[in-house]
Amino acid sequence: MSETRSIRVEALTRVEGEGGLHIRLNGSEIEDVQLSIYEPPRFFEGFLRGRPLEDVPDITARICGICPVAYQMSAVHALESALGVSPGPEIRRLRRLLYCGEWIESHGLHMHLLQAPDFFGAASGIELAARFPKEVNRGLQLKKHGNTLLEVLGGRAIHPVNVAVGGFYKAPSRDQLQDLIPSFEWGLQAAIDATRWVAGFDFPDFEQPCEMVSLQHPDEYPMNEGRVVSVSGLSVDVADYEREFVESHVAHSTALHSLRTADQSSYHVGPLARINLNRDRLCDNAKRIADEIGFETPCFNRFKAIIARGLEVIHAFDEGLAILKDYQPFRPSRLPYSYRNGEGCAATEAPRGLIYHRYRITDDGKIAEAKIVPPTSQNQRQIELDLIQWLPRVMGESDQRTADECERLIRSYDPCISCSTHFLKLTVDRQSDERGPKVSL
Amino acid sequence: MKGNSSNSGNPQQGQHSASAGTLAASPRSRPRPRLAVFKFASCDGCQLSLLDCEDELLAAAEAVEIAYFPEASSRMEPGPYDLALVEGSITTPHDAQRIQEVRRCSRFVVTIGACATAGGIQSLKNWAHHEDYLKWVYARPEFISTLATSTPIADHIRVDYELRGCPINRHQLLEVILAFVRGQRPKLATHSVCLDCKLKGTVCVEVAQGIPCLGPITHTGCGAICPTYDRGCYGCFGPAAQPNCRSLTDHCLQTGTSASTLLPLLRNFNGYAPEFREASNRVEALSAAAASVKEPIDE
Ligand code: SF4
Repeated sequence: MSETRSIRVEALTRVEGEGGLHIRLNGSEIEDVQLSIYEPPRFFEGFLRGRPLEDVPDITARICGICPVAYQMSAVHALESALGVSPGPEIRRLRRLLYCGEWIESHGLHMHLLQAPDFFGAASGIELAARFPKEVNRGLQLKKHGNTLLEVLGGRAIHPVNVAVGGFYKAPSRDQLQDLIPSFEWGLQAAIDATRWVAGFDFPDFEQPCEMVSLQHPDEYPMNEGRVVSVSGLSVDVADYEREFVESHVAHSTALHSLRTADQSSYHVGPLARINLNRDRLCDNAKRIADEIGFETPCFNRFKAIIARGLEVIHAFDEGLAILKDYQPFRPSRLPYSYRNGEGCAATEAPRGLIYHRYRITDDGKIAEAKIVPPTSQNQRQIELDLIQWLPRVMGESDQRTADECERLIRSYDPCISCSTHFLKLTVDRQSDERGPKVSL
Repeated sequence: MKGNSSNSGNPQQGQHSASAGTLAASPRSRPRPRLAVFKFASCDGCQLSLLDCEDELLAAAEAVEIAYFPEASSRMEPGPYDLALVEGSITTPHDAQRIQEVRRCSRFVVTIGACATAGGIQSLKNWAHHEDYLKWVYARPEFISTLATSTPIADHIRVDYELRGCPINRHQLLEVILAFVRGQRPKLATHSVCLDCKLKGTVCVEVAQGIPCLGPITHTGCGAICPTYDRGCYGCFGPAAQPNCRSLTDHCLQTGTSASTLLPLLRNFNGYAPEFREASNRVEALSAAAASVKEPIDE
């Protein structure tokens, strides 16, 4: 007679936003695994309707305080496609620079304060700092340099104000960017040291081949544009994204799950997918360190995403530095455009994976329809399937340990639950509401 | 680093900055005050501001006990707490209950950001048909349980201090925490962004370029960033003390800004703050009245 065991993590910690995990086991059989997202819905796609299209980068930024630039970039590219304008190389380079700032800030935070503590049984980055003061402080400084870049180029680090449809409200002066060079030179070396540090962590042996999807550009590491490609050989234009991938709404989540249309199968987006598909487009420094630490690709070990983040931070400092050094102010800082009826879509690479936006606009410059697919809703199903593979390895432990180990796997995705909910609280299972402060009050 | 160039500089940062030194210097003999961070409907940006205090974070964590902050720590200590920072607005029946519990277990409650203080960008739904929103976003609206409105925390419980901004200014956040740690009330300025521009010597975008700007009615705190980037203020910090919204909106309408530009500008991240709400409702009523006068002529 096997007994039923129910394990609940009421509030996932060290992730952005609010989610929980419900596992039901029957003896050695896994009956159910649900990553439930109870983040209250905020209905962005609803209230974008009727707004001036110029508001979209500012409003969609507020979907997520950790990756506002990803929303702003995807929004302006999609709107420019609808308007039929395409910004030139200067604007493109500044946009890549801004994205470098966000990758540094977001990856720096996740590596040092959110994921690294898991490898040492620490509850937080602050606790980890007692044991590794030099490394954690280095991580904080690294992250700060990403934020400083966002402040100079964007006006502020969280919800930058300088991103406009057509370009930037104002191009920075040469001096403003030159002043950042010393900190980026320091940052490049710090990122190399940080990557060597995390590569030495003790990783569970958990290679789980799965479909991995990212953008791919002929000669750049993917950020703002490219084709949608996968490790199984998919290669389509972004305009075909909605034909290849569908969103479905499941009862245990305010987020919409994304699946491959053809066979309703799950897939994975994020730094591991990007590196697996674009390793040869990394900068030389990142390639050299990847070789030096023996990072083998394709890598399907979710826990090693922390190494992929480190390599991407090296790349972001390296490429950022090159842009800072070459920069010359230009005019106009944004392209003029005329309103027309149209539709446009774009995909870019948020720190935590591919993000897709589509807008329909009217000839008086208003939004008629908006669709946003953030990275975490694309990963949600894959995370659940990963847990099913991971559970047999950890379910012999106490409920608490089992839950901790599952949370650790979830955290390796750097899920951003605030983003993934277009979006919600619910659920059909009212018990899942007994969470959060109740646990702690 | 010379990061404090005119574009990124915040004239307030100097006087408001609570340095790591002052935080760490608080007496360690007494038990440390216990800090909790709670999240409601929000983007996490305001609580992230705390983790963005890279230079002060570790010292701050010594000055206060971070007892409950799920985004940063898996150790979730039970209450009571000395200081609760509350991010986000109330949009679900469950959250309307949860905020009562937060009040019960916290000595001081400080709301951080426009969501918690004014309902946030999600309060735009307060003007719309809720069922439409559900349909537009979710294929299976029957799975979703939410309230029809997004409301600020102070509509539900007594709040001890409200920190403005979308997002908040992290230097002001440190100052507020420090004040409560010392048993004082924070003293932050309440004048308008417009005055900050004058202090910074930024050329007025409204006067020089005719760009509609909410600076004259918006609360200080951001450092008057937008005008230095050649754009108008869009009200992230909500209404300033005694804002003269009527004279600003009348001026804009008389000088060629259309109601269809002004309305979404006012109905933004702080659109549900009473002063901005009243101003946008008035602009809407004026433009509806003007349209109904025009109609017969159009025919
Ligand atoms: S006030 Fe703005 S920055 Fe703060 S949580 Fe709300 S949306 Fe995010």
